[in-house]
Amino acid sequence: MRVLIVEDDPILADGLAVGLKLHGINAEVVGSCADGRHALVAGLFDAIVLDVMLPDGSGLDLLARLREAGETRPVLVLTALDESRDRIAGLDRGADDYLGKPFDLGELAARLRAIARRGQGRAAATIAAAGLVLDPASHSVARDGLAIEVTRREFAILRALAERPGVIFSRPDLEERLYGWQEDIESNAIEVHIHNLRQKLGRDLIETMRGLGYRLRRGP
Amino acid sequence: MTSLKTRIFMILVATTSVIWLAATTWIYLGTKAELERVLDTRLQEAARMVASLVRDDEGTAQAAIGAIPPAAASTGGAAYERQLSCQIWSLGGRLVAASSAAPSTRLSGHGAGFSDSTIEGELWRVYAIEDAVKGVRVLVGDRLGLRDRLVQDLVLGLVAPTLLMLPLFAGLIWLAVGRGLAPLRQVAADLQARPADDLGPVQPEVVDEIRPVTDALNGLFSRLDTARAQERAFTAFAAHELRTPLAGIRTQAQIAQAAETPEMRSSALEKIIRGVDRTARLVSQLLALARLEAAVAKRERMPMAVGPLLAEIDRDRQWANVRVDIDPALDTLVLVGDADHLRFALRNLHENACEHSPPGGLVSWRRVGACEVTVEDAGPGIPPDELALVTQRFYRGRASRSAGSGLGLAIVEAALGRLDATVSLTPSPSGPGLLATVSFPVPPK
Repeated sequence: MRVLIVEDDPILADGLAVGLKLHGINAEVVGSCADGRHALVAGLFDAIVLDVMLPDGSGLDLLARLREAGETRPVLVLTALDESRDRIAGLDRGADDYLGKPFDLGELAARLRAIARRGQGRAAATIAAAGLVLDPASHSVARDGLAIEVTRREFAILRALAERPGVIFSRPDLEERLYGWQEDIESNAIEVHIHNLRQKLGRDLIETMRGLGYRLRRGP
Repeated sequence: MTSLKTRIFMILVATTSVIWLAATTWIYLGTKAELERVLDTRLQEAARMVASLVRDDEGTAQAAIGAIPPAAASTGGAAYERQLSCQIWSLGGRLVAASSAAPSTRLSGHGAGFSDSTIEGELWRVYAIEDAVKGVRVLVGDRLGLRDRLVQDLVLGLVAPTLLMLPLFAGLIWLAVGRGLAPLRQVAADLQARPADDLGPVQPEVVDEIRPVTDALNGLFSRLDTARAQERAFTAFAAHELRTPLAGIRTQAQIAQAAETPEMRSSALEKIIRGVDRTARLVSQLLALARLEAAVAKRERMPMAVGPLLAEIDRDRQWANVRVDIDPALDTLVLVGDADHLRFALRNLHENACEHSPPGGLVSWRRVGACEVTVEDAGPGIPPDELALVTQRFYRGRASRSAGSGLGLAIVEAALGRLDATVSLTPSPSGPGLLATVSFPVPPK
């Protein structure tokens, strides 16, 4: 799962990027409304975390403009202004959730998972596809009731595939979900993770579409 | 006396009483003088009448005395009847005749006209006529005690109703004063009834005498309201601004707890320390700003030379790799004002300039004209569209790379405001940096 964080405080922004990664959420951090808009045009994000007081304007104004422009991705507003009237204003301008500072990292991660799965049209906390059950909260994978150990990156790839079974994900798609922009990616990193996943789950589950990418087999 | 009503009442009653007392005294004295004149005339007339009736034989003398009309005492009624006493003496010193009520001793000595004498312990007013032809001396006397009683009765007749009226009059004054002071009571009741957070103006329709008080009160209320609104805004903003660094510290602490590698943990701990330092700085700056705003009265003013003060500030600076140049002309710039405020403002400007200058960069302080000081740094400067915003509280700028609180320039402006000075920021003319110009008021010559 990948989120965009728009937050200008350097220590908090760093904490969010590192801390959410510990909860299996890949975060891209930008520090202003303008950078946030640019990131959203290009990036694949499952959810957006938005601070209200940003150096070049209000996060709520940005949110309102994004919604007007047809942005549908779930947005969690994160701010120090947490009186109920501020929360109401935030929710009414298009936010899906609201969290006041300071907050618990685990709660933020849980709320992001919740709004992200709603954004994907799911209500269940777990993802079931092709006989697999993925639990994003605990990063656990089970096949026919048997738990299977996977690493965090393997889980991220599997999750992306399982959220939309049958849909082809290109290697850059998966790389973006897996890493931040600044991270160096080894050219065959995805292949290695897919190889490992096939070893753990069975060869037939993840199909390689030559020249296009990978997809999860449809059906049980 | 704590009650205005009692005070006014007492003053009114006292002045009224004094006026009445004066009037009564005047009436008393006037009545007494008039009565004495009238009674003296009666004595005189009675004596003349008796003298005219007396012939030189004794029989006529007694008859003449009987002619003194009791009606002469008609002013008083029974109590004053027969108050006149008459004696007829021969010039040889023999009592020829006397009225029945007359004392047996001689009413007065020799001589004619009015005289006062004491007979049998009583004061008498006597009129005497000497008739050398008839050889008699007619004495007509009047007891002074009776006269006084007459005056007293007359005055008492005037004063008694007045004395009876006095309590009624006092009661009316009391009610009138109470009614007169009703607007004051209304204002008091209005003030008493209002809740603590109601700082609206007191009822606008008041009488002229109370208006200065209500105007002063309304002025105080509005100042209090402004101060309280400012305080509320400040508290809200401060709380808001503290939450973000606290959220950062908390998040980093949770990372340190759950860190998977020692590097991750130590990085998080290092950021916690940085966050705490920054928050502490923010708190102390908030307190400084609050103190500046609370310092209403100008404290002791004294002359200070800007140059030595800057040199002293520069000695404490933490940025060792910045070059600082202080114009010698600043040594002769002497300002009068609160030294703490000036030091505070200059130190913040100096720290700002040093903090934003690159290593080896030049921070230069210059004197411009009579009362202007400029400081120029070699930092990245501030984009022109942000210049007006940076003195706003908590404004940190788009390109802020330092972890400033956004309060430094707001503090400088507040401190300089206390010295009636202003600060303006412009791009540096000689480089990319910032030029801050502090204008002090021209000292009166």
